[in-house]
Amino acid sequence: MTILYFAWLKEKIGKDEEQVDPPAEITNIGELVEWLAQRGPGYADAFADREIVRAAIDQEFAETDAPIEGATEIAFFPPVTGG
Amino acid sequence: MIRVQTEDFDVSKEIKALTQGKTHIGGVATFVGLVRDMAGGRSIDTMTLDHYPGMTEKMLAKIEAEAVARWNLDASLIIHRYGPLSPGDQIVLTITASAHREAAFEANEFLMDWLKTKAPFWKREGGKDGDRWVEAKASDNDAAARWSR
Repeated sequence: MTILYFAWLKEKIGKDEEQVDPPAEITNIGELVEWLAQRGPGYADAFADREIVRAAIDQEFAETDAPIEGATEIAFFPPVTGG
Repeated sequence: MIRVQTEDFDVSKEIKALTQGKTHIGGVATFVGLVRDMAGGRSIDTMTLDHYPGMTEKMLAKIEAEAVARWNLDASLIIHRYGPLSPGDQIVLTITASAHREAAFEANEFLMDWLKTKAPFWKREGGKDGDRWVEAKASDNDAAARWSR
């Protein structure tokens, strides 16, 4: 699946997009965050505040318990600040 | 209609294009958001808007469809810019048109309140002390919540 990062998550992780293949036991957004946070110091920093990071599955907002099975694109970003 | 673009927009041209030939429209409400030169006591020289191409357009279309359904609007438009901007620049435009002004005013407030909390844009402000990502405000969530039902 493709993972996208926006705003300061992109800066902390050092990339805006990557392909990942999480193990089968990673089934929802919360578990995916835990798994990604282990990938390096930049990831750990980006996901340090689990409460603030928002997610979208295939361009729809998704909660922590949302299943990721079948997803092609998952994005992580801070609360939005447009307008 | 919705548009996500780097270019500036001309409000009066957009109103004319939107209402052309629709003579049942009796009122048009517009809101234009501008880049401020101050934020939380800090002087701002630049603002850059990041967004999520694809999801942005989807969310704006959803927000607009919701407004059209709730207020039975005759015409509406959302334009949101992204990329580098400067103080005084236009960021966002919402236009709502209806037979009567109440619907136009209310729907316009709704569009901005939902856009602020649901459209995937992120502002980064640059000043003499460096660049900073803007933090979301609780007051924006409260403003959006008043439209929930």
